[in-house]
Amino acid sequence: MCRVADLQQAVLERNDTRAERLRTELAARGTIVVNLLSSPGSGKTALLETELRLARERGVAAAALTADLATENDARRLARSGVPVKQVLTDGLCHLEADMLAGHLTGWLPEATRLLFVENVGNLVCPASYDLGESLRVVLASVTEGEDKPLKYPAAFGLAQLVVVTKQDLAQPAGFDREAFLANVRQVNPGVEVVGTSVRDGLNTGVLLERALAVGAGAAAHRPVMARPAGHAHGGPHPHDAPHTHDAPHDGAPGHGGPHPHDGPHAHVGG
Amino acid sequence: MHEMSIAMAVVCQVEEAARTHGAVGVETVTLQVGELAGVVPDALRFSFALACEGTVLSGAELVTDQVAGRARCTSCAREWETGLPPRLGCPRCTDSRTELLSGRELQIATVRWAEDPQRTRALEEL
Ligand SMILES: [Zn+2]
Repeated sequence: MCRVADLQQAVLERNDTRAERLRTELAARGTIVVNLLSSPGSGKTALLETELRLARERGVAAAALTADLATENDARRLARSGVPVKQVLTDGLCHLEADMLAGHLTGWLPEATRLLFVENVGNLVCPASYDLGESLRVVLASVTEGEDKPLKYPAAFGLAQLVVVTKQDLAQPAGFDREAFLANVRQVNPGVEVVGTSVRDGLNTGVLLERALAVGAGAAAHRPVMARPAGHAHGGPHPHDAPHTHDAPHDGAPGHGGPHPHDGPHAHVGG
Repeated sequence: MHEMSIAMAVVCQVEEAARTHGAVGVETVTLQVGELAGVVPDALRFSFALACEGTVLSGAELVTDQVAGRARCTSCAREWETGLPPRLGCPRCTDSRTELLSGRELQIATVRWAEDPQRTRALEEL
Protein backbone atom coordinates (compact mmCIF):
# COMPACT_ATOMS: atom_id res chain seq x y z
CA MET A 1 0.00 0.00 0.00
CA CYS A 2 1.26 3.43 -0.90
CA ARG A 3 1.73 5.15 2.40
CA VAL A 4 1.67 8.68 1.12
CA ALA A 5 -1.35 10.09 -0.61
CA ASP A 6 -0.93 13.12 -2.81
CA LEU A 7 -4.24 14.77 -1.99
CA GLN A 8 -3.75 18.32 -3.29
CA GLN A 9 -7.07 19.55 -1.92
CA ALA A 10 -7.80 23.16 -1.13
CA VAL A 11 -8.88 23.41 2.50
CA LEU A 12 -11.57 25.99 1.84
CA GLU A 13 -12.82 24.28 -1.28
CA ARG A 14 -16.04 23.14 0.32
CA ASN A 15 -16.87 26.67 1.45
CA ASP A 16 -15.87 28.12 -1.90
CA THR A 17 -18.04 25.65 -3.76
CA ARG A 18 -21.00 26.33 -1.49
CA ALA A 19 -20.48 30.07 -1.87
CA GLU A 20 -20.42 29.79 -5.63
CA ARG A 21 -23.64 27.80 -5.59
CA LEU A 22 -25.33 30.32 -3.29
CA ARG A 23 -24.21 33.17 -5.54
CA THR A 24 -25.74 31.41 -8.54
CA GLU A 25 -28.97 30.54 -6.73
CA LEU A 26 -29.42 34.09 -5.48
CA ALA A 27 -28.54 35.63 -8.82
CA ALA A 28 -31.23 33.49 -10.44
CA ARG A 29 -33.84 35.19 -8.27
CA GLY A 30 -32.33 38.63 -8.70
CA THR A 31 -30.63 38.94 -5.31
CA ILE A 32 -27.03 39.91 -4.65
CA VAL A 33 -25.17 39.77 -1.38
CA VAL A 34 -22.98 42.56 -0.04
CA ASN A 35 -20.53 41.22 2.54
CA LEU A 36 -19.46 43.89 5.05
CA LEU A 37 -16.28 43.39 7.04
CA SER A 38 -14.96 45.63 9.79
CA SER A 39 -13.54 45.83 13.26
CA PRO A 40 -15.91 46.62 16.12
CA GLY A 41 -16.51 50.36 16.45
CA SER A 42 -16.01 51.12 12.77
CA GLY A 43 -19.43 52.70 12.49
CA LYS A 44 -20.68 49.89 10.29
CA THR A 45 -24.09 49.63 11.92
CA ALA A 46 -24.70 53.39 11.73
CA LEU A 47 -23.74 53.44 8.07
CA LEU A 48 -25.83 50.40 7.27
CA GLU A 49 -28.85 51.85 9.05
CA THR A 50 -28.58 54.97 6.90
CA GLU A 51 -28.22 52.98 3.71
CA LEU A 52 -31.14 50.70 4.54
CA ARG A 53 -33.36 53.69 5.29
CA LEU A 54 -32.41 55.16 1.95
CA ALA A 55 -33.12 51.87 0.21
CA ARG A 56 -36.59 51.87 1.69
CA GLU A 57 -37.19 55.48 0.66
CA ARG A 58 -36.13 54.68 -2.88
CA GLY A 59 -38.21 51.54 -3.06
CA VAL A 60 -35.23 49.20 -3.35
CA ALA A 61 -36.01 45.83 -1.80
CA ALA A 62 -33.16 45.44 0.66
CA ALA A 63 -32.64 43.21 3.66
CA ALA A 64 -29.91 42.81 6.24
CA LEU A 65 -28.48 39.92 8.14
CA THR A 66 -26.23 40.77 11.03
CA ALA A 67 -23.89 38.27 12.61
CA ASP A 68 -22.74 38.82 16.13
CA LEU A 69 -20.99 36.90 18.80
CA ALA A 70 -23.64 37.69 21.39
CA THR A 71 -25.81 40.84 21.59
CA GLU A 72 -28.88 41.89 19.68
CA ASN A 73 -28.45 45.64 19.64
CA ASP A 74 -27.32 45.86 16.04
CA ALA A 75 -30.39 44.10 14.75
CA ARG A 76 -32.71 46.36 16.73
CA ARG A 77 -30.97 49.42 15.36
CA LEU A 78 -31.08 48.17 11.80
CA ALA A 79 -34.72 47.17 12.11
CA ARG A 80 -35.59 50.86 12.63
CA SER A 81 -34.96 51.32 8.92
CA GLY A 82 -38.06 49.23 8.22
CA VAL A 83 -36.41 46.60 6.03
CA PRO A 84 -36.33 42.90 6.98
CA VAL A 85 -33.49 42.29 9.42
CA LYS A 86 -32.26 39.04 10.85
CA GLN A 87 -29.90 38.64 13.74
CA VAL A 88 -27.62 35.63 13.76
CA LEU A 89 -25.72 34.69 16.85
CA THR A 90 -22.59 32.80 15.93
CA ASP A 91 -22.13 31.53 19.45
CA GLY A 92 -18.48 32.38 19.61
CA LEU A 93 -17.57 31.58 16.01
CA CYS A 94 -15.47 34.40 14.61
CA HIS A 95 -16.85 34.38 11.09
CA LEU A 96 -19.76 33.32 8.91
CA GLU A 97 -19.44 30.54 6.36
CA ALA A 98 -21.38 30.15 3.14
CA ASP A 99 -23.33 27.14 4.35
CA MET A 100 -24.36 28.91 7.56
CA LEU A 101 -25.53 31.92 5.60
CA ALA A 102 -27.48 29.76 3.18
CA GLY A 103 -29.18 28.06 6.12
CA HIS A 104 -30.18 31.38 7.67
CA LEU A 105 -31.67 32.64 4.41
CA THR A 106 -33.95 29.64 3.98
CA GLY A 107 -37.48 30.58 4.95
CA TRP A 108 -36.51 34.13 5.86
CA LEU A 109 -35.19 36.09 2.93
CA PRO A 110 -38.17 37.66 1.12
CA GLU A 111 -38.35 36.43 -2.45
CA ALA A 112 -38.26 39.93 -3.97
CA THR A 113 -35.07 41.00 -2.19
CA ARG A 114 -32.60 42.64 -4.51
CA LEU A 115 -29.86 43.54 -2.04
CA LEU A 116 -28.92 41.53 0.99
CA PHE A 117 -26.42 43.25 3.25
CA VAL A 118 -24.53 40.86 5.48
CA GLU A 119 -22.90 42.45 8.47
CA ASN A 120 -20.18 39.90 9.15
CA VAL A 121 -18.77 39.20 12.61
CA GLY A 122 -16.78 42.19 13.83
CA ASN A 123 -13.16 41.41 13.08
CA LEU A 124 -10.87 41.79 10.10
CA VAL A 125 -9.06 38.47 10.29
CA CYS A 126 -11.30 35.44 10.10
CA PRO A 127 -14.17 36.62 7.86
CA ALA A 128 -11.63 37.52 5.16
CA SER A 129 -11.01 33.84 4.34
CA TYR A 130 -14.64 32.93 3.75
CA ASP A 131 -16.52 33.67 0.56
CA LEU A 132 -20.20 33.99 1.43
CA GLY A 133 -21.45 34.03 -2.12
CA GLU A 134 -21.31 37.80 -2.17
CA SER A 135 -21.12 39.87 -5.31
CA LEU A 136 -19.58 42.81 -3.52
CA ARG A 137 -17.19 42.65 -0.60
CA VAL A 138 -16.82 45.85 1.36
CA VAL A 139 -14.30 46.60 4.07
CA LEU A 140 -14.96 49.46 6.45
CA ALA A 141 -12.58 51.30 8.70
CA SER A 142 -13.11 54.52 10.60
CA VAL A 143 -10.64 57.41 10.49
CA THR A 144 -9.98 56.79 14.17
CA GLU A 145 -8.51 53.35 13.47
CA GLY A 146 -5.34 54.73 11.93
CA GLU A 147 -3.66 54.80 8.53
CA ASP A 148 -1.87 51.46 8.89
CA LYS A 149 -5.05 49.42 9.18
CA PRO A 150 -4.73 48.06 5.59
CA LEU A 151 -1.21 46.81 6.33
CA LYS A 152 -2.25 45.22 9.60
CA TYR A 153 -5.11 43.36 7.91
CA PRO A 154 -3.85 42.70 4.39
CA ALA A 155 -6.26 39.84 3.65
CA ALA A 156 -9.33 41.90 4.57
CA PHE A 157 -8.22 44.98 2.64
CA GLY A 158 -6.50 42.99 -0.09
CA LEU A 159 -9.69 41.13 -1.00
CA ALA A 160 -12.05 44.10 -0.74
CA GLN A 161 -13.94 45.30 -3.77
CA LEU A 162 -14.78 48.59 -2.09
CA VAL A 163 -13.15 50.29 0.88
CA VAL A 164 -15.26 52.67 2.96
CA VAL A 165 -13.61 55.04 5.42
CA THR A 166 -16.23 56.09 7.94
CA LYS A 167 -16.50 58.94 10.46
CA GLN A 168 -14.90 61.50 8.14
CA ASP A 169 -16.21 64.23 10.44
CA LEU A 170 -13.57 63.04 12.91
CA ALA A 171 -10.71 63.02 10.39
CA GLN A 172 -9.31 66.36 11.54
CA PRO A 173 -9.44 65.77 15.29
CA ALA A 174 -8.13 62.23 14.84
CA GLY A 175 -5.25 63.52 12.70
CA PHE A 176 -6.15 61.05 9.95
CA ASP A 177 -3.53 61.02 7.18
CA ARG A 178 -5.65 60.32 4.13
CA GLU A 179 -2.75 60.06 1.69
CA ALA A 180 -0.92 57.54 3.85
CA PHE A 181 -4.07 55.48 4.20
CA LEU A 182 -4.65 55.51 0.44
CA ALA A 183 -1.04 54.50 -0.23
CA ASN A 184 -1.43 51.58 2.16
CA VAL A 185 -4.63 50.45 0.49
CA ARG A 186 -2.96 50.71 -2.94
CA GLN A 187 -0.07 48.59 -1.71
CA VAL A 188 -2.27 45.60 -0.88
CA ASN A 189 -5.07 46.19 -3.36
CA PRO A 190 -4.13 48.39 -6.32
CA GLY A 191 -7.13 49.84 -8.12
CA VAL A 192 -9.77 49.37 -5.43
CA GLU A 193 -12.14 52.29 -4.88
CA VAL A 194 -11.88 54.07 -1.53
CA VAL A 195 -14.82 56.21 -0.39
CA GLY A 196 -15.06 58.42 2.69
CA THR A 197 -18.38 58.63 4.51
CA SER A 198 -19.82 60.49 7.43
CA VAL A 199 -23.23 59.61 8.74
CA ARG A 200 -23.23 62.83 10.79
CA ASP A 201 -22.50 65.14 7.85
CA GLY A 202 -24.26 63.05 5.24
CA LEU A 203 -21.01 62.70 3.28
CA ASN A 204 -21.46 60.19 0.45
CA THR A 205 -24.71 58.90 1.86
CA GLY A 206 -26.08 56.26 -0.48
CA VAL A 207 -22.71 55.19 -1.86
CA LEU A 208 -23.06 51.64 -0.58
CA LEU A 209 -26.53 51.37 -2.06
CA GLU A 210 -25.43 52.77 -5.40
CA ARG A 211 -22.37 50.53 -5.75
CA ALA A 212 -24.41 47.49 -4.78
CA LEU A 213 -27.17 48.35 -7.24
CA ALA A 214 -24.59 48.86 -9.98
CA VAL A 215 -23.14 45.41 -9.39
CA GLY A 216 -26.66 43.99 -9.25
CA ALA A 217 -27.32 45.58 -12.64
CA GLY A 218 -24.32 43.78 -14.08
CA ALA A 219 -21.47 46.26 -13.61
CA ALA A 220 -18.17 44.48 -13.05
CA ALA A 221 -16.94 44.76 -9.48
CA HIS A 222 -13.27 45.39 -8.85
CA ARG A 223 -11.13 42.25 -8.97
CA PRO A 224 -8.41 42.51 -6.33
CA VAL A 225 -4.94 41.18 -7.15
CA MET A 226 -5.20 38.79 -4.20
CA ALA A 227 -8.44 37.34 -5.56
CA ARG A 228 -7.04 36.56 -8.98
CA PRO A 229 -4.03 34.31 -8.70
CA ALA A 230 -2.30 33.65 -11.99
CA GLY A 231 -3.46 30.71 -14.04
CA HIS A 232 -6.24 29.74 -11.66
CA ALA A 233 -9.51 29.25 -13.34
CA HIS A 234 -11.96 30.35 -10.65
CA GLY A 235 -13.46 27.43 -8.83
CA GLY A 236 -11.59 24.85 -10.88
CA PRO A 237 -11.07 21.50 -9.24
CA HIS A 238 -7.30 21.73 -9.40
CA PRO A 239 -6.07 24.87 -7.74
CA HIS A 240 -2.54 24.15 -8.89
CA ASP A 241 -1.73 24.02 -12.54
CA ALA A 242 1.93 23.42 -11.88
CA PRO A 243 3.13 19.86 -12.07
CA HIS A 244 3.69 18.69 -8.54
CA THR A 245 7.22 18.87 -7.38
CA HIS A 246 6.20 16.78 -4.40
CA ASP A 247 7.07 13.35 -5.57
CA ALA A 248 5.39 11.51 -2.81
CA PRO A 249 7.93 9.29 -1.14
CA HIS A 250 6.74 5.71 -1.10
CA ASP A 251 7.13 3.16 1.63
CA GLY A 252 10.07 3.66 3.84
CA ALA A 253 11.20 6.97 2.39
CA PRO A 254 11.58 9.72 4.95
CA GLY A 255 8.73 12.18 5.02
CA HIS A 256 9.61 15.80 4.71
CA GLY A 257 13.17 15.88 5.83
CA GLY A 258 14.86 17.61 2.95
CA PRO A 259 14.65 21.15 1.75
CA HIS A 260 11.22 22.00 0.47
CA PRO A 261 10.67 22.17 -3.22
CA HIS A 262 8.72 25.40 -2.88
CA ASP A 263 11.57 27.78 -2.49
CA GLY A 264 12.13 28.24 -6.19
CA PRO A 265 9.81 30.20 -8.44
CA HIS A 266 6.64 28.33 -9.13
CA ALA A 267 6.22 26.64 -12.42
CA HIS A 268 2.69 27.92 -12.82
CA VAL A 269 1.17 27.74 -16.19
CA GLY A 270 0.59 31.39 -17.01
CA GLY A 271 -2.97 32.62 -17.06
CA MET B 1 -9.49 32.49 15.63
CA HIS B 2 -10.54 30.79 12.41
CA GLU B 3 -7.55 28.43 12.56
CA MET B 4 -9.87 26.06 14.43
CA SER B 5 -12.33 26.05 11.53
CA ILE B 6 -9.48 25.52 9.10
CA ALA B 7 -8.07 22.68 11.20
CA MET B 8 -11.48 21.04 11.37
CA ALA B 9 -11.85 21.28 7.60
CA VAL B 10 -8.44 19.64 7.18
CA VAL B 11 -9.36 16.83 9.56
CA CYS B 12 -12.66 16.29 7.80
CA GLN B 13 -11.00 16.03 4.38
CA VAL B 14 -8.28 13.70 5.62
CA GLU B 15 -10.88 11.51 7.33
CA GLU B 16 -12.64 11.11 4.01
CA ALA B 17 -9.39 10.26 2.27
CA ALA B 18 -8.55 7.76 5.03
CA ARG B 19 -11.82 5.94 4.38
CA THR B 20 -11.04 5.79 0.67
CA HIS B 21 -7.55 4.48 1.33
CA GLY B 22 -8.62 2.13 4.09
CA ALA B 23 -6.08 3.76 6.37
CA VAL B 24 -6.11 3.02 10.09
CA GLY B 25 -4.07 6.00 11.21
CA VAL B 26 -2.30 9.11 10.05
CA GLU B 27 1.32 9.98 10.72
CA THR B 28 1.68 13.30 8.96
CA VAL B 29 -0.44 15.80 7.13
CA THR B 30 1.49 18.25 5.01
CA LEU B 31 -0.25 21.52 4.38
CA GLN B 32 0.84 24.23 2.00
CA VAL B 33 0.30 27.57 3.64
CA GLY B 34 0.77 30.66 1.53
CA GLU B 35 2.37 33.68 3.09
CA LEU B 36 -0.80 35.64 2.23
CA ALA B 37 -3.34 33.01 3.24
CA GLY B 38 -4.14 34.80 6.48
CA VAL B 39 -3.38 31.78 8.64
CA VAL B 40 -0.96 31.62 11.54
CA PRO B 41 0.89 28.26 11.31
CA ASP B 42 1.48 28.00 15.07
CA ALA B 43 -2.18 28.61 15.84
CA LEU B 44 -3.08 26.12 13.16
CA ARG B 45 -0.84 23.41 14.62
CA PHE B 46 -2.37 23.99 18.04
CA SER B 47 -5.92 23.76 16.68
CA PHE B 48 -5.02 20.77 14.55
CA ALA B 49 -3.93 18.75 17.58
CA LEU B 50 -7.29 19.44 19.22
CA ALA B 51 -9.30 18.77 16.08
CA CYS B 52 -7.60 15.38 15.60
CA GLU B 53 -8.66 14.02 18.95
CA GLY B 54 -11.04 11.12 18.70
CA THR B 55 -10.59 10.74 14.95
CA VAL B 56 -8.46 8.52 12.74
CA LEU B 57 -5.98 11.41 12.77
CA SER B 58 -5.40 11.17 16.50
CA GLY B 59 -1.73 11.85 17.18
CA ALA B 60 -1.00 12.99 13.63
CA GLU B 61 1.62 15.64 13.03
CA LEU B 62 0.91 18.72 10.96
CA VAL B 63 3.73 19.88 8.74
CA THR B 64 3.25 23.31 7.26
CA ASP B 65 5.01 24.07 4.07
CA GLN B 66 5.28 27.85 3.67
CA VAL B 67 4.78 29.23 0.19
CA ALA B 68 6.21 32.68 -0.41
CA GLY B 69 4.10 35.39 -1.97
CA ARG B 70 5.19 36.22 -5.51
CA ALA B 71 3.64 38.61 -7.97
CA ARG B 72 4.17 39.54 -11.61
CA CYS B 73 3.37 42.71 -13.48
CA THR B 74 1.59 41.87 -16.71
CA SER B 75 2.70 45.17 -18.26
CA CYS B 76 6.46 44.89 -17.81
CA ALA B 77 6.75 41.18 -16.87
CA ARG B 78 8.68 42.02 -13.74
CA GLU B 79 8.39 39.52 -10.89
CA TRP B 80 8.87 40.17 -7.22
CA GLU B 81 8.45 38.75 -3.74
CA THR B 82 5.38 40.38 -2.22
CA GLY B 83 6.55 40.22 1.38
CA LEU B 84 4.04 40.65 4.20
CA PRO B 85 2.17 42.94 4.27
CA PRO B 86 2.25 42.33 0.55
CA ARG B 87 3.36 44.85 -2.03
CA LEU B 88 1.04 44.13 -4.92
CA GLY B 89 1.58 47.15 -7.13
CA CYS B 90 4.40 46.97 -9.68
CA PRO B 91 7.41 48.84 -8.33
CA ARG B 92 8.10 50.18 -11.84
CA CYS B 93 4.78 50.76 -13.55
CA THR B 94 1.84 52.65 -12.17
CA ASP B 95 -1.70 51.54 -12.84
CA SER B 96 -0.61 48.20 -14.18
CA ARG B 97 -2.19 44.83 -13.79
CA THR B 98 -0.53 42.57 -11.30
CA GLU B 99 -1.12 38.89 -11.02
CA LEU B 100 -0.39 36.84 -7.96
CA LEU B 101 1.81 33.86 -8.76
CA SER B 102 1.73 32.30 -5.32
CA GLY B 103 1.06 33.05 -1.69
CA ARG B 104 -2.66 32.36 -1.21
CA GLU B 105 -2.29 28.58 -0.93
CA LEU B 106 -4.11 26.80 1.83
CA GLN B 107 -4.16 23.25 0.75
CA ILE B 108 -3.52 19.73 1.87
CA ALA B 109 -0.54 18.53 -0.11
CA THR B 110 0.14 15.01 1.12
CA VAL B 111 -0.96 12.65 3.84
CA ARG B 112 1.28 9.95 5.24
CA TRP B 113 -0.73 7.04 6.57
CA ALA B 114 0.32 5.13 9.64
CA GLU B 115 1.52 1.57 9.31
CA ASP B 116 -1.25 -0.97 9.77
CA PRO B 117 0.36 -3.53 12.13
CA GLN B 118 -1.96 -6.38 11.17
CA ARG B 119 -1.43 -5.79 7.50
CA THR B 120 2.35 -5.65 7.93
CA ARG B 121 2.33 -8.93 9.80
CA ALA B 122 0.16 -10.49 7.13
CA LEU B 123 2.60 -9.38 4.46
CA GLU B 124 5.56 -10.74 6.40
CA GLU B 125 3.89 -14.10 6.72
CA LEU B 126 3.46 -14.40 2.98
ZN1 LIG C 1 5.33 46.72 -14.25
